[in-house]
Amino acid sequence: MRTQPRSLFDPTLVRPALFAAFRKLDPRHQLRNPVMMVVWVGSAFTTLLFLQAAFGQGEAPAGFILAISLWLWFTVLFANFAEAMAESRGKAQAESLRKARSEVIAKRFIEDPLASGLPRKENGAPGAFFEPVEANGLVKGDFVLCEPGDFIPVDGEAVEGVASVDESAITGESAPVIRESGGDRSAVTGGTRVLSDWLVVRITAMPGETFLDRMIALVEGAKRKKTPNEIALDILLAGLTIVFLFATATLLPFSQFAVKQAGQGAPVPMTMLVALLVCLIPTTIGGLLSAIGIAGMDRMLRANVIATSGRAVEAAGDVSILLLDKTGTITLGNRQATTFIPAEGVTEEALADAAQLASLADETPEGRSIVVLAKEKFRIRERDVHGLSATFVPFSANTRMSGVDLADRKLRKGALDAIESWVAANGGRMPEGVRTAAQTVGRAGGTPLVVASESRVFGVVALKDIVKGGIKERFEEMRRIGIKTIMITGDNPLTAAAIAAEAGVDDFLAEATPEAKLKLIRQYQSEGHLVAMTGDGTNDAPALAQADVAVAMNTGTQAAKEAGNMVDLDSNPTKLLAVVEIGKQLLVTRGALTTFSLANDVAKYFAILPAAFLATYPELGALDVMRLHSPSSAVLSAVIFNALVIVVLIPLALKGVEYLPLPAAKLLSRNLLIYGAGGLVVPFVGIKVIDLLLTVLGI
Amino acid sequence: MTLHTFVTFGLYLTVLLVLAWPLGLYTARVLEGGKHPLSRLFGWLERGLFRLAGVKETDEQPWTRYALSFLVFNAAGLFLVYLLQRLQGVLPLNPAGLPAVSPHLAFNTAVSFATNTNWQSYGGETTMSHLTQMLGLTVQNFVSAAAGIAVFAAIARGFSRRKTGTVGSFWVDLTRSTLYVLLPLSFVLALALVSQGVVQTFSGKAEVPYLNPPGPETPTQTIALGPAASQVAIKQLGTNGGGFYNVNSAHPLENPTPLSSFLELLAILLIPAALCFTFGRMVKDDRQGRALLVAMTAIFVVFASVCALSEQRGNPVLTAAGVDQAASSTQGGGNMEGKEARFGVADSTLWATATTAASNGSVNSMHDSYTPLGGLMPLVLMQLGEVVFGGVGSGLYGMLVFALVAVFVSGLMVGRTPEYLGKKLEPHEMKMASLVILLPALGVLVGAALAVASPEAVSGLSNPGAHGFSQILYATSSAANNNGSAFAGLTANLPFTNTLLGILMLVGRYGAALPVLAIAGSLAKKGTVAAGAGTLPTHGPLFVTLLVGVVILVGALTFLPALALGPIVEALRLS
Repeated sequence: MRTQPRSLFDPTLVRPALFAAFRKLDPRHQLRNPVMMVVWVGSAFTTLLFLQAAFGQGEAPAGFILAISLWLWFTVLFANFAEAMAESRGKAQAESLRKARSEVIAKRFIEDPLASGLPRKENGAPGAFFEPVEANGLVKGDFVLCEPGDFIPVDGEAVEGVASVDESAITGESAPVIRESGGDRSAVTGGTRVLSDWLVVRITAMPGETFLDRMIALVEGAKRKKTPNEIALDILLAGLTIVFLFATATLLPFSQFAVKQAGQGAPVPMTMLVALLVCLIPTTIGGLLSAIGIAGMDRMLRANVIATSGRAVEAAGDVSILLLDKTGTITLGNRQATTFIPAEGVTEEALADAAQLASLADETPEGRSIVVLAKEKFRIRERDVHGLSATFVPFSANTRMSGVDLADRKLRKGALDAIESWVAANGGRMPEGVRTAAQTVGRAGGTPLVVASESRVFGVVALKDIVKGGIKERFEEMRRIGIKTIMITGDNPLTAAAIAAEAGVDDFLAEATPEAKLKLIRQYQSEGHLVAMTGDGTNDAPALAQADVAVAMNTGTQAAKEAGNMVDLDSNPTKLLAVVEIGKQLLVTRGALTTFSLANDVAKYFAILPAAFLATYPELGALDVMRLHSPSSAVLSAVIFNALVIVVLIPLALKGVEYLPLPAAKLLSRNLLIYGAGGLVVPFVGIKVIDLLLTVLGI
Repeated sequence: MTLHTFVTFGLYLTVLLVLAWPLGLYTARVLEGGKHPLSRLFGWLERGLFRLAGVKETDEQPWTRYALSFLVFNAAGLFLVYLLQRLQGVLPLNPAGLPAVSPHLAFNTAVSFATNTNWQSYGGETTMSHLTQMLGLTVQNFVSAAAGIAVFAAIARGFSRRKTGTVGSFWVDLTRSTLYVLLPLSFVLALALVSQGVVQTFSGKAEVPYLNPPGPETPTQTIALGPAASQVAIKQLGTNGGGFYNVNSAHPLENPTPLSSFLELLAILLIPAALCFTFGRMVKDDRQGRALLVAMTAIFVVFASVCALSEQRGNPVLTAAGVDQAASSTQGGGNMEGKEARFGVADSTLWATATTAASNGSVNSMHDSYTPLGGLMPLVLMQLGEVVFGGVGSGLYGMLVFALVAVFVSGLMVGRTPEYLGKKLEPHEMKMASLVILLPALGVLVGAALAVASPEAVSGLSNPGAHGFSQILYATSSAANNNGSAFAGLTANLPFTNTLLGILMLVGRYGAALPVLAIAGSLAKKGTVAAGAGTLPTHGPLFVTLLVGVVILVGALTFLPALALGPIVEALRLS
């Protein structure tokens, strides 16, 4: 189900997020995030200071303490809200997928349906012995029967039968797909619907353990497992928090000492110290970190890719080698006729005419492309096969030819050697020119089809792989950001080289076997590369398991899906490029907001330090470069800015920083300029504006 | 800045960088166990020492054993120095008949020399016997520096090795860096200093007649003598800083001529600068070492220039009183309080910033008497964590930790999980890196907080008000970052202060070295990620800027509040 791009602050998402923001005030939840925990404690502490001031002797005016305290609570709430927003967006996305298969009643077999001698129903499906069970009552290994109209209850594997299945709920593709037991199309997904025929499905995932469920867990903050990079960043942020904790805590004895020495003023109030602490610790990134992670997973889901771990999404950003299957990824699925090369003494048009006749009944894409080419080039209209009283001779592995028998003659097209022997049998001879032409086509990566009528050879039709439009530019882009693309193909090296050159990939693996693929991955990994690939067949499983980022096609086998760490619901191998970009975007966003958060501190010092010590050392007023109204308005403005900046950055955290395909050095200097230098300047302006507003409002 | 200052700084940096390059490459060869002229000359000695100590050259240690060896060796040295001080009254080579050192001072001094801090709570010539100075302090001057090089070598190997459990052998690194780097350099420098008139003798003191006797009853004065040149050479080269004389390199017998001054100044930064080249060579990418050196030099030049400018401007109070402080043909000008007339502003400020940039701590002028802004520079240089050149070995490993943090924060902005020199930075590395940055900073702040709360420590202050606070902050910054530079003006030889500073020195040294070794171990275990157009280049101007930014930002953010109450308020008051 492709959800429409939601507006960022869709009210149906905002309302529950607001409630969640309050629910998350539970200190047990805050413990997960050391930075916000400190803010929480600071808020609680200033609340107590306020109560002390309101009902007795306070260290500062009660109104001032209350204002600081409230804004500190807002800081925590805003951070909670950011996380809740990311969660509810992700959940809404996942929920719409999950909804499709709730309340499904499955027909579970009581006995092993694969046992022989079972009674059969009219449609051939194993009959009788099943019971209705709710989908979430199923366990791994159960067998269920799915007939037309039935939803497939949970992810599984077809073990018997063949059926057309509507997977639009998952993929958004309206055309039904064929699922059959055995082979590479046996995997079925929970929530899809059988349209015709029947399948016996063995359940391979426990309800609650399917890919979708795992994905949902990844967007739920509380259950989410942090990725190694998030943990490392958390540690660094916690380290900085401790440094600032001590830097502000020691200010108390320092200021007491200063007061004693200077003989004037009063020690800095606790409220000021708490305010300074909260402003200095990296609350911006601390508050948005988990939202950024969740939003990254959400973006992956929006691209119809289900990742099984947050780690896989990060690894996607680190990938430096992309292994791409030729067919379907780099080239269109089928080869197409591109040129007619007539034999000596034959016109091109005559060849085209013969080739079209020979292909009229040929429904393969290759055959259709010959008909179309002849029509485009010589306006030879398609003739009705039946009108010509012709009989179609289909391709067989034995003859390796196909064609048509007309009333007056027989036409064949096929591989060079097959046609050569057929022509020879009819008393003809293969002209040297045609033989050379066929070999030339082969060398250039194409497939030569020779067309002949009994003893007469018309010439060669060249079929070629058609490289997808725009793919070359994408590869160029990948190269710019340091990612090497490698084409995997079963073709011979000659053909492979020609297509590789045309598509602009960096390298290719020809005559690829699963072993060769696995070996290639290992080799790149030992050189320190991270490798991404797509796969769908069971024989891809070892390579998928070895690759660092392995995107299994949803149409692929269960084994392939289990081996990979992502599933592409659209089964579009080109998606790998998007997966890499989403991974990079996630990391860039995290880094940008961290840098911004740290750079912010400079301005806050200039706001709070002079305010805190003005009474003891009036000279420090010179540091108040923003010329703020009063010490209390300065501190309050800094705290308000610190809280509001979280809210302002929520859209950026959720949507992600724009990722540009630039080399690392250029990307870094660009981002440093925006988020580093911007982070230095913005708070000076922001704090000043807030201070002016507070002054105007007379607070 | 006067032309003289400009030329002095320029000449100094040029000679420094020109000499550091070959020394760095040579040191890389030494640490990698390669062949070089000295190994051919003294290889027998090295092998003999290994046989004697039962060390096998090929016996590689995992980081844990490396760290344990480092600790055991340091503990033994600490204990020996403590005993020597406590027993010096009954031990030989004590011509001045000095008594045993008090327990708290002995602890402070033993820690100080084991940790390469060389904070001196005492006056050298009047407290320590020749035996203590030579067998205890001078030996520690060598080996504490060598231990720093060893820890650096371990982390350099962590970067260059792949998927191994070991980071080298501490004993081998210690022996080789002493035998082939520190000893020969000191030998050459000591000879050069003796040629300039630095004393080197076993006689206790000389009685010489006054040129202008202060009175008829005192016709002669006593001048303390001793083996100064040998100790001065290593105190400069090994970023030790513990002078033979109390006034350190301001003393004419420790630093008699312009040439001796230049050589001693050069020796302060020589090895720390050279190790950058060593690092580049060891990780097989010279550009990486150069980038670190450029970052260090850039910070240093800015700080030294600000210091010189501020001192040259002189004292505004004196200017207001009509005192001529301008540079002219007859005087160097500037704030000359606490400075040797021989050195003037240029050589004093260059020394002051070099000695605090590196964790040297030797002085040729009294930093306490600097203008507030001038005095702020040495203070901040220490607070940055002694990574601008820093201690021998320790400065560079500290800088590498900052590089890890810089890469971690900003590396994400290129869309990859952070990596430095091909090594992925994961939670374990960040945990250790945080400790390296955290512990010395906490030491400075908590130490200063304890000191201002202690009546005893406060009683040692020579100034009231903000300057008194600056003195305390300077002392804890110096101790916790293992510099050893003293602001002067603070009487530190008190039980509480000695003990507190001793503990800070321990925290600063081992709180950094042990996590660094842990990082070395985990890096060595990792594979190396291939570099490409998508990886963050860590050798260009962009990275240098980034690294400088992180060093300054982390240092400034941590200490700005405390500085505001000390030097900053002083500076604002004066102007």
